[in-house]
Amino acid sequence: MIQIKELHKSYRMGSNHLHVLKGINLDIKEGEFVSIMGSSGSGKSTLLNIIGMLDEADKGSYILDNVPIKNLSEKKAAIYRNKFLGFIFQSFNLINYKNAAENVALPLYYQGISRKVRKEKALYYLEKVGLADWAHHLPSELSGGQKQRVAIARALASEPKVLLADEPTGALDTKTSYEVMDFLQGINDEGKTILVVTHEPDIADMTKRIVMLKDGVIEEDKKVQQVRASEYV
Amino acid sequence: MKFIFTRDTWQEIFGAIRKNKLRTVITIIGVFWGILLFIGLQGAAKGMENGFESAFKGMATNSIFLWGQQTGIPYGGYNRNRSVRIELSDTYRIANQIEGVQFVAPRNAKGIFDGAPPLVVNNLKSGNYKVFGDYPVIDMVSKKKLRKGRFLNKKDIDEKRKICVIGERIEKELFEKGEDPIGKYIKISNIYFQVVGVYKRNNTDFFEGDNSIFIPFTTYKKVFNTGNQIGWMVIAGYPDEDIVAIEQKVKTLLKRRYSVHPDDERAFGAANLGEMFGKITGFVKGLKFTALIVGIATILAGVIAIGNILLITVKERTKEIGIRRALGAKPSEIRGQIILESVFLTLVAGTLGITVGGILLSLLNQAAKNWEDFPFVNPTVSLEYIVMALLIMVVLGTLIGLIPAQRAVNVRPIEALREE
Repeated sequence: MIQIKELHKSYRMGSNHLHVLKGINLDIKEGEFVSIMGSSGSGKSTLLNIIGMLDEADKGSYILDNVPIKNLSEKKAAIYRNKFLGFIFQSFNLINYKNAAENVALPLYYQGISRKVRKEKALYYLEKVGLADWAHHLPSELSGGQKQRVAIARALASEPKVLLADEPTGALDTKTSYEVMDFLQGINDEGKTILVVTHEPDIADMTKRIVMLKDGVIEEDKKVQQVRASEYV
Repeated sequence: MKFIFTRDTWQEIFGAIRKNKLRTVITIIGVFWGILLFIGLQGAAKGMENGFESAFKGMATNSIFLWGQQTGIPYGGYNRNRSVRIELSDTYRIANQIEGVQFVAPRNAKGIFDGAPPLVVNNLKSGNYKVFGDYPVIDMVSKKKLRKGRFLNKKDIDEKRKICVIGERIEKELFEKGEDPIGKYIKISNIYFQVVGVYKRNNTDFFEGDNSIFIPFTTYKKVFNTGNQIGWMVIAGYPDEDIVAIEQKVKTLLKRRYSVHPDDERAFGAANLGEMFGKITGFVKGLKFTALIVGIATILAGVIAIGNILLITVKERTKEIGIRRALGAKPSEIRGQIILESVFLTLVAGTLGITVGGILLSLLNQAAKNWEDFPFVNPTVSLEYIVMALLIMVVLGTLIGLIPAQRAVNVRPIEALREE
């Protein structure tokens, strides 16, 4: 699903270059549940942003679902993001003046799907994360866990190939974190490829594969025995 | 383009507008105020123009009032301070010899320059009123609005009839309520005249008011024994003639005839209506132009205010824009939304301004009806100006929206999402 070869990325910080990614090779198959770990500054977020087409690599190749991602125009990138990827953020990033259903429907809106279908799909995915009753509530009326579940529903709504989660549990307490991970595991069980960036080992242990980043290179890449979050919930 | 007409686009825009209520209101006030001023000023200027127009309606505006005074320079053996009185024959001379003159109306009057207003009696009632000796052509100088009967005609002049046209106040003062004055006889300076018409007050006249009496010029001459002398004359030029030049020519002719020094400015008095009118028209034109410039400038300021506020809100909405872009919004969609927001706000504010401006003008119009001498009628703004104002607003709204829109597109989604 994702093939990354010799990926380099550096940022210019004033006069000096900051070489963040120094040749990353990563191959992720369909249906995998991968966590990317590393201390801050290890380049994990940069890698996720490049995978998410929010940022572009300087060197190396990145192929997503057999489509080479290279020199994309903003428009093309937007279309690919919409088609291939679902984003889950640490700070949820819901639009605060839209209710839960409208937030979930937003990526569908950018796909040009009709209102009726959008509504149906939004409700379907809200149902899936157990928030059907909260469809007409604004984000401010939801708890942190509920917000993240709305965000997951939103990420799923566009039926992406890959879910990208940037510290999805970073803003949640342990119990809620596990609830969220339980959802992600459920989605993965259905065959969705998921990529999680985290620095919490217990969260990483709930995925199936851990990629350790250190100073811009992959230090370790291992398959792990998945810990089911439901055991803690 | 299709994007503009889809319900979803508008739902997004309304969502954003509703969310930012304060900025929406502030923005709208800016443009609203601009267009209100534009409409108000345009309407007021037009109202004044209409007011002057109606005030001068039925009036020979391209005309001169001319009368004899006293000489200021000794000339041809005469001392200075010699009284010069123009004569009836001068009117024919002027009409025949000076080019561009449409007609000349000699006038005589009792009660203005020449003696006291004579006593007018009807049965037991009486009063002192101004009496004018006129030719029917005076009606072209300042249109008489007749309430009853008719005005003087040529036959009255030819036959020196003892008839008169009276003002409505005289009717009220000399006749019983409900009594029809037409055909009745009143005594003017002890001579009976038959009333043939009653005229209404007209704002454009200079002397008549609503308490004057018009009698045929020839009758006046005979009754008051004025001979060939006339009080003054009204010289009307054709509409396109240069009335100032005509005035000079007339004066030159009269100076030669009455042996007045060519440089004597005192011998003949004149009031040049054409010149006055030209000044008023110029003033109104200037007013309209100023109103246009000020109005457009205010709209401009309002639209710039919209741009400003949108720019600030784009900054505030960086995160939202980042989210939208992460979810797959194309740059063109983001740009389109911000521009549409700008244009929409501008148009709403503009429409509001036009509506309130219209209401304001109609209120002003109502109020103006009570101010008798204030020249203000039907303050309107022509459709072209409104369309122009709207067009300016849409174009400027788009242009000004482009700046924040570009700013929004330039925001990289990751940076936007990093912003906490």
